[in-house]
Amino acid sequence: MFISIKRIFQIAIMILKRQGLATFAMIFVIAITCLQVSSMFLLGKISQSLILDLEEKVDISVYLKMGTSEEDIFSIKEKLSQAPQVKKIEYVSSEEAREIFIERHKDDLLLMESLVQVGNPFLASLNIKAFMPDHYEEIANLLENSSFRDLVEKVDYYQRKPVIERIFAITSGINKALLFLSLVLGSLTILITFNTIRLATYSLREEIEIERLVGASDWFIRGPFLLQGGISGLLAFLISLSILSLACFFLTPQLKALFPDLSLFSCFGENFFSILLIQFLTGTGLGVFSSFIATRKYLKI
Amino acid sequence: MIQFNKVTKIFSPNSAALENISFKINETEFVSIVGKSGAGKTTLFKLLLVEETPTKGKVFFENQDVHKINRSQLYKLRRKIGMVFQDYKLLPSNTVYENIAYVMKVIGASDEDIHRSVSKVLEIVGLEEKVHNFPRELSIGQRQRVAIARALVHRPKVILADEPTGNLDPYHTSEIIQLLLKIHDLGTTVILATHNKEIINSLEKRTITLENGKVIRDDKKGRFIL
Repeated sequence: MFISIKRIFQIAIMILKRQGLATFAMIFVIAITCLQVSSMFLLGKISQSLILDLEEKVDISVYLKMGTSEEDIFSIKEKLSQAPQVKKIEYVSSEEAREIFIERHKDDLLLMESLVQVGNPFLASLNIKAFMPDHYEEIANLLENSSFRDLVEKVDYYQRKPVIERIFAITSGINKALLFLSLVLGSLTILITFNTIRLATYSLREEIEIERLVGASDWFIRGPFLLQGGISGLLAFLISLSILSLACFFLTPQLKALFPDLSLFSCFGENFFSILLIQFLTGTGLGVFSSFIATRKYLKI
Repeated sequence: MIQFNKVTKIFSPNSAALENISFKINETEFVSIVGKSGAGKTTLFKLLLVEETPTKGKVFFENQDVHKINRSQLYKLRRKIGMVFQDYKLLPSNTVYENIAYVMKVIGASDEDIHRSVSKVLEIVGLEEKVHNFPRELSIGQRQRVAIARALVHRPKVILADEPTGNLDPYHTSEIIQLLLKIHDLGTTVILATHNKEIINSLEKRTITLENGKVIRDDKKGRFIL
Protein backbone atom coordinates (compact mmCIF):
# COMPACT_ATOMS: atom_id res chain seq x y z
CA MET A 1 0.00 0.00 0.00
CA PHE A 2 2.69 2.47 1.10
CA ILE A 3 4.87 1.60 -1.87
CA SER A 4 1.92 2.10 -4.27
CA ILE A 5 1.21 5.56 -2.81
CA LYS A 6 4.91 6.41 -3.11
CA ARG A 7 4.89 5.28 -6.77
CA ILE A 8 1.73 7.31 -7.50
CA PHE A 9 3.44 10.44 -6.10
CA GLN A 10 6.62 9.73 -8.08
CA ILE A 11 4.67 9.29 -11.33
CA ALA A 12 2.56 12.44 -10.65
CA ILE A 13 5.71 14.54 -10.19
CA MET A 14 7.15 13.06 -13.38
CA ILE A 15 3.95 13.92 -15.31
CA LEU A 16 4.04 17.49 -13.96
CA LYS A 17 7.62 17.89 -15.13
CA ARG A 18 7.29 16.17 -18.49
CA GLN A 19 3.93 17.61 -19.52
CA GLY A 20 4.99 21.17 -18.72
CA LEU A 21 2.95 22.89 -21.40
CA ALA A 22 -0.24 20.92 -20.73
CA THR A 23 0.19 21.50 -16.98
CA PHE A 24 0.76 25.22 -17.58
CA ALA A 25 -2.41 25.43 -19.69
CA MET A 26 -4.35 23.61 -16.97
CA ILE A 27 -3.02 25.92 -14.21
CA PHE A 28 -3.74 28.99 -16.34
CA VAL A 29 -7.35 28.05 -17.07
CA ILE A 30 -8.09 27.00 -13.48
CA ALA A 31 -6.52 30.26 -12.19
CA ILE A 32 -8.77 32.26 -14.54
CA THR A 33 -11.79 30.34 -13.24
CA CYS A 34 -10.76 30.93 -9.61
CA LEU A 35 -10.32 34.63 -10.35
CA GLN A 36 -13.65 34.85 -12.11
CA VAL A 37 -15.55 33.06 -9.33
CA SER A 38 -13.94 35.05 -6.53
CA SER A 39 -14.28 38.37 -8.41
CA MET A 40 -17.99 37.71 -8.89
CA PHE A 41 -18.25 36.91 -5.17
CA LEU A 42 -16.44 40.14 -4.27
CA LEU A 43 -18.49 42.16 -6.75
CA GLY A 44 -21.65 40.67 -5.25
CA LYS A 45 -20.50 41.68 -1.75
CA ILE A 46 -19.62 45.21 -2.88
CA SER A 47 -22.88 45.73 -4.73
CA GLN A 48 -24.82 44.34 -1.76
CA SER A 49 -23.09 46.84 0.51
CA LEU A 50 -23.75 49.70 -1.95
CA ILE A 51 -27.38 48.63 -2.29
CA LEU A 52 -27.77 48.44 1.51
CA ASP A 53 -26.24 51.93 1.82
CA LEU A 54 -28.65 53.21 -0.77
CA GLU A 55 -31.63 51.47 0.81
CA GLU A 56 -30.66 52.82 4.23
CA LYS A 57 -31.07 56.32 2.84
CA VAL A 58 -34.69 55.60 1.89
CA ASP A 59 -37.47 56.26 4.41
CA ILE A 60 -40.80 58.03 4.71
CA SER A 61 -41.78 60.61 7.27
CA VAL A 62 -45.15 60.93 8.95
CA TYR A 63 -45.66 64.55 10.10
CA LEU A 64 -48.01 64.96 13.03
CA LYS A 65 -50.29 67.89 13.54
CA MET A 66 -49.04 70.73 15.66
CA GLY A 67 -50.00 70.24 19.27
CA THR A 68 -50.22 66.41 19.18
CA SER A 69 -49.22 65.19 22.62
CA GLU A 70 -46.15 63.01 23.05
CA GLU A 71 -48.41 60.38 24.61
CA ASP A 72 -50.43 60.16 21.39
CA ILE A 73 -47.25 60.14 19.31
CA PHE A 74 -45.79 57.21 21.28
CA SER A 75 -49.08 55.37 20.98
CA ILE A 76 -48.99 55.87 17.18
CA LYS A 77 -45.33 54.76 17.17
CA GLU A 78 -46.20 51.66 19.16
CA LYS A 79 -49.04 50.75 16.81
CA LEU A 80 -46.97 51.36 13.70
CA SER A 81 -44.03 49.33 14.98
CA GLN A 82 -46.35 46.32 15.22
CA ALA A 83 -46.98 46.42 11.47
CA PRO A 84 -45.03 43.57 9.78
CA GLN A 85 -43.76 45.88 7.03
CA VAL A 86 -42.04 48.27 9.45
CA LYS A 87 -38.33 47.63 10.00
CA LYS A 88 -37.43 50.68 12.07
CA ILE A 89 -39.32 53.67 13.39
CA GLU A 90 -37.75 56.80 14.80
CA TYR A 91 -39.44 59.71 16.57
CA VAL A 92 -38.18 63.21 15.83
CA SER A 93 -39.75 65.88 18.05
CA SER A 94 -40.36 69.38 16.71
CA GLU A 95 -37.45 70.61 18.86
CA GLU A 96 -35.11 67.99 17.42
CA ALA A 97 -36.29 68.83 13.90
CA ARG A 98 -35.46 72.48 14.58
CA GLU A 99 -31.98 71.56 15.85
CA ILE A 100 -31.32 69.40 12.81
CA PHE A 101 -32.41 72.28 10.58
CA ILE A 102 -30.12 74.71 12.44
CA GLU A 103 -27.19 72.31 12.21
CA ARG A 104 -27.70 71.93 8.47
CA HIS A 105 -28.20 75.61 7.67
CA LYS A 106 -26.16 77.34 10.35
CA ASP A 107 -24.09 79.16 7.70
CA ASP A 108 -27.14 80.61 5.98
CA LEU A 109 -27.70 83.81 8.01
CA LEU A 110 -30.92 84.77 6.24
CA LEU A 111 -32.53 81.44 7.09
CA MET A 112 -31.32 81.60 10.68
CA GLU A 113 -32.73 85.12 11.07
CA SER A 114 -36.10 84.04 9.63
CA LEU A 115 -36.17 81.10 12.01
CA VAL A 116 -35.72 83.40 15.01
CA GLN A 117 -38.67 85.47 13.81
CA VAL A 118 -41.09 82.54 13.17
CA GLY A 119 -40.18 80.53 16.26
CA ASN A 120 -40.44 76.76 15.72
CA PRO A 121 -42.44 75.90 12.59
CA PHE A 122 -41.34 72.25 12.54
CA LEU A 123 -43.77 69.43 13.11
CA ALA A 124 -42.96 66.34 15.13
CA SER A 125 -42.48 63.36 12.84
CA LEU A 126 -42.03 59.61 12.74
CA ASN A 127 -39.39 58.39 10.28
CA ILE A 128 -40.21 54.91 9.06
CA LYS A 129 -37.98 52.40 7.29
CA ALA A 130 -39.62 49.40 5.66
CA PHE A 131 -38.22 45.90 5.03
CA MET A 132 -39.03 45.92 1.32
CA PRO A 133 -39.44 48.71 -1.25
CA ASP A 134 -43.09 47.88 -1.94
CA HIS A 135 -43.86 48.03 1.78
CA TYR A 136 -43.71 51.84 1.72
CA GLU A 137 -46.97 52.11 -0.18
CA GLU A 138 -48.63 49.63 2.18
CA ILE A 139 -47.46 51.66 5.18
CA ALA A 140 -48.79 54.85 3.57
CA ASN A 141 -52.18 53.14 2.98
CA LEU A 142 -52.16 51.83 6.53
CA LEU A 143 -51.75 55.40 7.82
CA GLU A 144 -54.52 56.67 5.55
CA ASN A 145 -56.99 54.18 7.00
CA SER A 146 -55.86 54.20 10.62
CA SER A 147 -57.76 55.45 13.67
CA PHE A 148 -55.07 58.10 14.24
CA ARG A 149 -55.49 59.52 10.73
CA ASP A 150 -56.77 62.82 12.17
CA LEU A 151 -53.53 63.36 14.06
CA VAL A 152 -51.45 63.02 10.86
CA GLU A 153 -50.70 66.25 9.05
CA LYS A 154 -48.84 64.78 6.10
CA VAL A 155 -47.13 61.59 4.85
CA ASP A 156 -44.33 62.42 2.45
CA TYR A 157 -44.51 59.07 0.66
CA TYR A 158 -46.25 60.43 -2.41
CA GLN A 159 -43.70 63.25 -2.86
CA ARG A 160 -40.82 60.78 -2.45
CA LYS A 161 -42.42 57.93 -4.35
CA PRO A 162 -40.63 58.61 -7.68
CA VAL A 163 -37.22 58.79 -5.92
CA ILE A 164 -37.88 55.63 -3.91
CA GLU A 165 -39.02 53.74 -6.99
CA ARG A 166 -36.01 54.94 -8.96
CA ILE A 167 -33.56 53.83 -6.24
CA PHE A 168 -35.13 50.39 -6.04
CA ALA A 169 -35.24 50.09 -9.82
CA ILE A 170 -31.49 50.80 -9.87
CA THR A 171 -30.68 48.27 -7.12
CA SER A 172 -32.87 45.63 -8.69
CA GLY A 173 -31.18 46.37 -12.05
CA ILE A 174 -27.73 45.93 -10.46
CA ASN A 175 -28.81 42.60 -8.96
CA LYS A 176 -30.19 41.34 -12.29
CA ALA A 177 -27.09 42.50 -14.20
CA LEU A 178 -24.85 40.72 -11.68
CA LEU A 179 -26.85 37.53 -11.97
CA PHE A 180 -26.74 37.69 -15.77
CA LEU A 181 -23.01 38.45 -15.77
CA SER A 182 -22.35 35.54 -13.38
CA LEU A 183 -24.34 33.15 -15.56
CA VAL A 184 -22.68 34.22 -18.82
CA LEU A 185 -19.15 34.33 -17.41
CA GLY A 186 -19.71 31.13 -15.41
CA SER A 187 -20.90 29.20 -18.47
CA LEU A 188 -18.07 30.55 -20.60
CA THR A 189 -15.46 29.65 -17.99
CA ILE A 190 -16.81 26.15 -17.53
CA LEU A 191 -16.81 25.58 -21.30
CA ILE A 192 -13.27 26.92 -21.74
CA THR A 193 -11.94 25.00 -18.72
CA PHE A 194 -13.34 21.67 -19.78
CA ASN A 195 -12.20 22.11 -23.36
CA THR A 196 -8.67 23.05 -22.36
CA ILE A 197 -8.41 20.15 -19.93
CA ARG A 198 -9.93 17.80 -22.49
CA LEU A 199 -7.29 18.83 -25.02
CA ALA A 200 -4.51 18.68 -22.43
CA THR A 201 -5.53 15.17 -21.41
CA TYR A 202 -6.16 13.84 -24.91
CA SER A 203 -2.55 12.69 -25.04
CA LEU A 204 -3.30 10.51 -21.99
CA ARG A 205 -5.50 8.27 -24.10
CA GLU A 206 -2.62 6.28 -25.54
CA GLU A 207 -0.67 6.13 -22.28
CA ILE A 208 -3.66 4.96 -20.26
CA GLU A 209 -4.39 2.21 -22.78
CA ILE A 210 -0.79 0.98 -22.58
CA GLU A 211 -0.74 1.17 -18.78
CA ARG A 212 -3.90 -0.89 -18.58
CA LEU A 213 -2.53 -3.53 -20.95
CA VAL A 214 0.67 -4.01 -18.96
CA GLY A 215 -1.30 -4.68 -15.79
CA ALA A 216 -1.77 -1.38 -13.96
CA SER A 217 -4.91 -1.16 -11.83
CA ASP A 218 -7.38 1.66 -12.44
CA TRP A 219 -6.28 3.53 -9.31
CA PHE A 220 -2.59 3.13 -10.10
CA ILE A 221 -3.29 4.81 -13.44
CA ARG A 222 -5.75 7.38 -12.16
CA GLY A 223 -3.87 8.35 -8.98
CA PRO A 224 -1.02 10.31 -10.59
CA PHE A 225 -3.40 12.21 -12.89
CA LEU A 226 -5.68 13.14 -9.97
CA LEU A 227 -2.61 14.32 -8.05
CA GLN A 228 -1.47 16.30 -11.09
CA GLY A 229 -4.94 17.90 -11.24
CA GLY A 230 -4.90 18.62 -7.49
CA ILE A 231 -1.41 20.14 -7.56
CA SER A 232 -2.27 22.22 -10.65
CA GLY A 233 -5.45 23.41 -8.89
CA LEU A 234 -3.46 24.30 -5.76
CA LEU A 235 -0.95 26.32 -7.79
CA ALA A 236 -3.80 28.01 -9.68
CA PHE A 237 -5.43 28.89 -6.33
CA LEU A 238 -2.20 30.48 -5.03
CA ILE A 239 -1.70 32.43 -8.26
CA SER A 240 -5.27 33.72 -8.40
CA LEU A 241 -5.26 34.67 -4.71
CA SER A 242 -2.06 36.70 -5.24
CA ILE A 243 -3.48 38.40 -8.34
CA LEU A 244 -6.77 39.26 -6.61
CA SER A 245 -4.98 40.63 -3.50
CA LEU A 246 -2.75 42.85 -5.63
CA ALA A 247 -5.64 43.98 -7.84
CA CYS A 248 -7.75 44.93 -4.78
CA PHE A 249 -4.80 46.76 -3.23
CA PHE A 250 -3.97 48.80 -6.31
CA LEU A 251 -7.56 49.46 -7.44
CA THR A 252 -8.77 50.77 -4.05
CA PRO A 253 -7.49 54.39 -4.50
CA GLN A 254 -8.94 54.61 -8.03
CA LEU A 255 -12.34 53.32 -6.90
CA LYS A 256 -12.33 55.69 -3.92
CA ALA A 257 -12.52 58.56 -6.40
CA LEU A 258 -15.73 57.12 -7.85
CA PHE A 259 -17.28 55.74 -4.65
CA PRO A 260 -15.89 57.59 -1.62
CA ASP A 261 -17.59 55.22 0.86
CA LEU A 262 -16.19 52.11 -0.79
CA SER A 263 -12.89 50.48 0.17
CA LEU A 264 -12.26 47.50 -2.10
CA PHE A 265 -9.28 46.30 -0.08
CA SER A 266 -11.26 46.46 3.19
CA CYS A 267 -14.05 44.49 1.55
CA PHE A 268 -11.43 41.95 0.38
CA GLY A 269 -10.00 41.81 3.92
CA GLU A 270 -13.42 41.34 5.53
CA ASN A 271 -14.23 38.48 3.16
CA PHE A 272 -10.69 37.05 2.99
CA PHE A 273 -11.50 33.63 4.44
CA SER A 274 -14.58 33.21 2.24
CA ILE A 275 -12.51 34.14 -0.83
CA LEU A 276 -9.71 31.82 0.30
CA LEU A 277 -12.17 28.95 0.64
CA ILE A 278 -13.93 29.69 -2.65
CA GLN A 279 -10.66 29.86 -4.58
CA PHE A 280 -9.20 26.78 -2.88
CA LEU A 281 -12.31 24.69 -3.51
CA THR A 282 -12.69 25.95 -7.09
CA GLY A 283 -9.00 25.37 -7.88
CA THR A 284 -8.41 21.95 -6.37
CA GLY A 285 -11.97 20.81 -7.05
CA LEU A 286 -11.80 21.71 -10.73
CA GLY A 287 -8.29 20.21 -11.09
CA VAL A 288 -9.18 16.89 -9.48
CA PHE A 289 -12.65 16.67 -11.00
CA SER A 290 -11.54 17.35 -14.57
CA SER A 291 -8.67 14.82 -14.25
CA PHE A 292 -11.15 12.32 -12.85
CA ILE A 293 -13.52 12.85 -15.78
CA ALA A 294 -10.68 12.64 -18.34
CA THR A 295 -9.19 9.44 -16.89
CA ARG A 296 -12.61 7.87 -16.40
CA LYS A 297 -13.30 8.40 -20.08
CA TYR A 298 -10.02 6.83 -21.16
CA LEU A 299 -10.08 4.04 -18.57
CA LYS A 300 -13.15 2.66 -20.33
CA ILE A 301 -10.93 1.65 -23.26
CA MET B 1 -3.25 -23.33 -19.02
CA ILE B 2 -4.71 -21.52 -22.03
CA GLN B 3 -7.71 -22.73 -23.94
CA PHE B 4 -9.58 -21.31 -26.92
CA ASN B 5 -12.97 -22.99 -27.15
CA LYS B 6 -14.85 -22.59 -30.46
CA VAL B 7 -13.89 -18.91 -30.64
CA THR B 8 -15.22 -16.72 -33.43
CA LYS B 9 -14.49 -13.04 -33.81
CA ILE B 10 -16.32 -10.99 -36.39
CA PHE B 11 -15.32 -7.36 -36.91
CA SER B 12 -17.39 -6.76 -40.05
CA PRO B 13 -20.39 -8.81 -41.17
CA ASN B 14 -18.68 -9.89 -44.41
CA SER B 15 -15.57 -11.48 -42.92
CA ALA B 16 -14.62 -13.26 -39.72
CA ALA B 17 -11.20 -12.46 -38.22
CA LEU B 18 -11.34 -15.79 -36.40
CA GLU B 19 -13.72 -18.67 -37.06
CA ASN B 20 -14.45 -21.50 -34.68
CA ILE B 21 -10.93 -21.63 -33.21
CA SER B 22 -10.19 -24.32 -30.62
CA PHE B 23 -6.85 -25.31 -29.10
CA LYS B 24 -5.17 -25.81 -25.75
CA ILE B 25 -1.72 -24.69 -24.62
CA ASN B 26 -0.20 -26.36 -21.60
CA GLU B 27 2.03 -24.80 -18.98
CA THR B 28 5.71 -24.45 -20.04
CA GLU B 29 4.91 -25.10 -23.70
CA PHE B 30 6.59 -23.15 -26.53
CA VAL B 31 4.03 -22.62 -29.27
CA SER B 32 4.43 -20.73 -32.53
CA ILE B 33 1.40 -19.32 -34.27
CA VAL B 34 2.05 -18.77 -37.95
CA GLY B 35 0.04 -17.24 -40.71
CA LYS B 36 0.07 -14.50 -43.28
CA SER B 37 -0.70 -10.92 -42.31
CA GLY B 38 -4.38 -10.68 -41.43
CA ALA B 39 -4.66 -14.41 -40.62
CA GLY B 40 -5.84 -13.54 -37.06
CA LYS B 41 -2.65 -13.98 -34.97
CA THR B 42 -2.89 -10.59 -33.26
CA THR B 43 -6.65 -11.02 -32.69
CA LEU B 44 -5.92 -14.25 -30.78
CA PHE B 45 -3.60 -12.35 -28.44
CA LYS B 46 -6.05 -9.49 -28.06
CA LEU B 47 -8.76 -11.94 -27.04
CA LEU B 48 -6.49 -13.51 -24.43
CA LEU B 49 -5.58 -10.07 -23.01
CA VAL B 50 -9.28 -9.06 -23.10
CA GLU B 51 -8.53 -6.17 -25.41
CA GLU B 52 -11.27 -7.64 -27.59
CA THR B 53 -14.27 -9.83 -26.76
CA PRO B 54 -15.18 -12.88 -28.84
CA THR B 55 -18.34 -12.88 -30.94
CA LYS B 56 -18.78 -16.54 -30.00
CA GLY B 57 -16.89 -19.04 -27.85
CA LYS B 58 -14.79 -18.80 -24.73
CA VAL B 59 -11.16 -18.14 -23.83
CA PHE B 60 -9.76 -19.65 -20.65
CA PHE B 61 -6.60 -18.79 -18.72
CA GLU B 62 -5.82 -21.05 -15.77
CA ASN B 63 -9.37 -22.49 -16.03
CA GLN B 64 -10.97 -19.05 -15.79
CA ASP B 65 -13.10 -17.58 -18.57
CA VAL B 66 -11.14 -14.37 -19.10
CA HIS B 67 -14.12 -12.52 -20.52
CA LYS B 68 -16.04 -13.05 -17.31
CA ILE B 69 -13.42 -11.24 -15.25
CA ASN B 70 -14.66 -7.92 -13.87
CA ARG B 71 -13.15 -4.97 -15.78
CA SER B 72 -11.61 -3.53 -12.61
CA GLN B 73 -9.90 -6.88 -11.87
CA LEU B 74 -8.41 -7.42 -15.33
CA TYR B 75 -5.04 -6.10 -14.21
CA LYS B 76 -4.52 -9.31 -12.21
CA LEU B 77 -4.75 -11.38 -15.41
CA ARG B 78 -2.58 -8.98 -17.39
CA ARG B 79 0.19 -9.07 -14.77
CA LYS B 80 0.53 -12.80 -15.41
CA ILE B 81 1.06 -12.20 -19.11
CA GLY B 82 4.06 -10.45 -20.64
CA MET B 83 3.05 -9.12 -24.02
CA VAL B 84 5.39 -7.98 -26.77
CA PHE B 85 3.12 -5.83 -28.91
CA GLN B 86 3.60 -5.66 -32.66
CA ASP B 87 3.40 -1.85 -32.43
CA TYR B 88 5.57 -1.89 -29.23
CA LYS B 89 3.12 0.22 -27.19
CA LEU B 90 5.84 2.08 -25.31
CA LEU B 91 4.92 5.01 -23.08
CA PRO B 92 6.05 7.97 -25.20
CA SER B 93 6.76 10.33 -22.28
CA ASN B 94 8.84 7.74 -20.37
CA THR B 95 12.48 6.86 -20.90
CA VAL B 96 13.62 3.34 -21.77
CA TYR B 97 14.37 2.66 -18.09
CA GLU B 98 11.00 4.06 -16.94
CA ASN B 99 9.09 2.09 -19.58
CA ILE B 100 10.54 -1.18 -18.33
CA ALA B 101 10.42 -0.18 -14.65
CA TYR B 102 6.72 0.75 -14.94
CA VAL B 103 5.66 -2.92 -15.00
CA MET B 104 7.73 -3.58 -11.87
CA LYS B 105 6.24 -0.51 -10.16
CA VAL B 106 2.74 -1.73 -11.00
CA ILE B 107 3.34 -5.00 -9.14
CA GLY B 108 4.76 -3.15 -6.13
CA ALA B 109 8.42 -4.19 -6.46
CA SER B 110 11.02 -2.43 -4.29
CA ASP B 111 13.45 0.14 -5.74
CA GLU B 112 16.35 -2.32 -5.44
CA ASP B 113 14.43 -5.09 -7.20
CA ILE B 114 13.41 -2.72 -9.96
CA HIS B 115 16.96 -1.49 -10.48
CA ARG B 116 18.40 -5.00 -10.50
CA SER B 117 15.80 -6.50 -12.83
CA VAL B 118 15.69 -3.58 -15.26
CA SER B 119 19.50 -3.47 -15.53
CA LYS B 120 19.54 -7.21 -16.18
CA VAL B 121 16.94 -7.18 -18.98
CA LEU B 122 18.54 -4.12 -20.55
CA GLU B 123 21.80 -6.05 -20.67
CA ILE B 124 20.00 -9.04 -22.22
CA VAL B 125 18.45 -6.93 -25.00
CA GLY B 126 21.65 -4.90 -25.41
CA LEU B 127 20.25 -1.48 -24.59
CA GLU B 128 22.35 -0.50 -21.54
CA GLU B 129 23.50 2.62 -23.36
CA LYS B 130 19.94 3.81 -24.05
CA VAL B 131 18.46 3.86 -20.54
CA HIS B 132 17.83 7.61 -20.55
CA ASN B 133 16.52 7.84 -24.10
CA PHE B 134 12.85 8.32 -24.96
CA PRO B 135 11.15 5.95 -27.45
CA ARG B 136 11.12 8.66 -30.15
CA GLU B 137 14.93 8.76 -29.96
CA LEU B 138 15.28 5.03 -30.71
CA SER B 139 15.37 3.10 -33.97
CA ILE B 140 12.48 0.73 -34.71
CA GLY B 141 14.61 -2.28 -33.79
CA GLN B 142 15.62 -0.69 -30.50
CA ARG B 143 11.98 0.05 -29.66
CA GLN B 144 11.13 -3.56 -30.31
CA ARG B 145 13.89 -4.66 -27.93
CA VAL B 146 12.54 -2.31 -25.22
CA ALA B 147 9.09 -3.89 -25.72
CA ILE B 148 10.64 -7.34 -25.27
CA ALA B 149 12.55 -6.24 -22.16
CA ARG B 150 9.33 -4.86 -20.65
CA ALA B 151 7.48 -8.12 -21.31
CA LEU B 152 10.20 -10.15 -19.57
CA VAL B 153 11.14 -8.00 -16.61
CA HIS B 154 8.50 -9.11 -14.10
CA ARG B 155 8.91 -12.82 -15.01
CA PRO B 156 5.32 -13.44 -16.10
CA LYS B 157 3.81 -16.94 -16.40
CA VAL B 158 3.24 -16.51 -20.13
CA ILE B 159 4.93 -14.45 -22.77
CA LEU B 160 2.93 -13.50 -25.84
CA ALA B 161 5.27 -12.26 -28.53
CA ASP B 162 3.51 -10.72 -31.52
CA GLU B 163 6.05 -10.54 -34.37
CA PRO B 164 8.88 -9.70 -31.94
CA THR B 165 11.51 -9.89 -34.63
CA GLY B 166 9.54 -8.14 -37.35
CA ASN B 167 11.87 -5.15 -37.49
CA LEU B 168 15.12 -6.70 -36.35
CA ASP B 169 18.22 -7.57 -38.38
CA PRO B 170 19.19 -11.28 -38.61
CA TYR B 171 21.73 -10.91 -35.77
CA HIS B 172 19.21 -9.45 -33.31
CA THR B 173 16.47 -11.78 -34.58
CA SER B 174 18.56 -14.79 -33.64
CA GLU B 175 19.40 -13.24 -30.27
CA ILE B 176 15.74 -12.58 -29.44
CA ILE B 177 14.72 -16.12 -30.41
CA GLN B 178 17.54 -17.54 -28.28
CA LEU B 179 16.32 -15.33 -25.46
CA LEU B 180 12.74 -16.61 -25.79
CA LEU B 181 14.03 -20.18 -25.79
CA LYS B 182 16.08 -19.48 -22.68
CA ILE B 183 13.05 -18.00 -20.91
CA HIS B 184 11.06 -21.04 -21.96
CA ASP B 185 13.76 -23.34 -20.55
CA LEU B 186 13.36 -21.55 -17.23
CA GLY B 187 9.71 -22.65 -17.17
CA THR B 188 7.80 -19.83 -18.83
CA THR B 189 5.09 -20.56 -21.38
CA VAL B 190 5.94 -18.80 -24.65
CA ILE B 191 3.54 -18.11 -27.51
CA LEU B 192 5.23 -16.64 -30.53
CA ALA B 193 3.28 -15.18 -33.46
CA THR B 194 5.36 -14.78 -36.59
CA HIS B 195 5.40 -15.15 -40.33
CA ASN B 196 9.17 -15.69 -40.42
CA LYS B 197 9.75 -19.04 -42.14
CA GLU B 198 13.38 -19.45 -40.97
CA ILE B 199 12.49 -18.97 -37.33
CA ILE B 200 9.72 -21.58 -37.41
CA ASN B 201 11.80 -24.11 -39.29
CA SER B 202 14.76 -23.71 -36.94
CA LEU B 203 12.66 -23.92 -33.74
CA GLU B 204 11.13 -27.36 -34.31
CA LYS B 205 8.44 -26.64 -31.69
CA ARG B 206 4.65 -26.95 -31.72
CA THR B 207 3.22 -24.80 -34.51
CA ILE B 208 -0.38 -23.71 -35.01
CA THR B 209 -1.02 -22.49 -38.55
CA LEU B 210 -3.81 -19.99 -39.21
CA GLU B 211 -5.29 -19.14 -42.56
CA ASN B 212 -8.23 -16.76 -43.09
CA GLY B 213 -9.10 -16.93 -39.40
CA LYS B 214 -9.14 -20.74 -39.21
CA VAL B 215 -6.69 -23.24 -37.70
CA ILE B 216 -5.53 -25.33 -40.65
CA ARG B 217 -2.68 -27.20 -38.90
CA ASP B 218 -1.53 -27.92 -35.36
CA ASP B 219 1.78 -29.84 -35.48
CA LYS B 220 3.90 -30.97 -32.53
CA LYS B 221 7.13 -30.18 -34.37
CA GLY B 222 5.84 -27.88 -37.00
CA ARG B 223 7.37 -26.38 -40.07
CA PHE B 224 6.30 -23.33 -41.98
CA ILE B 225 3.85 -24.68 -44.55
CA LEU B 226 1.61 -22.11 -46.23
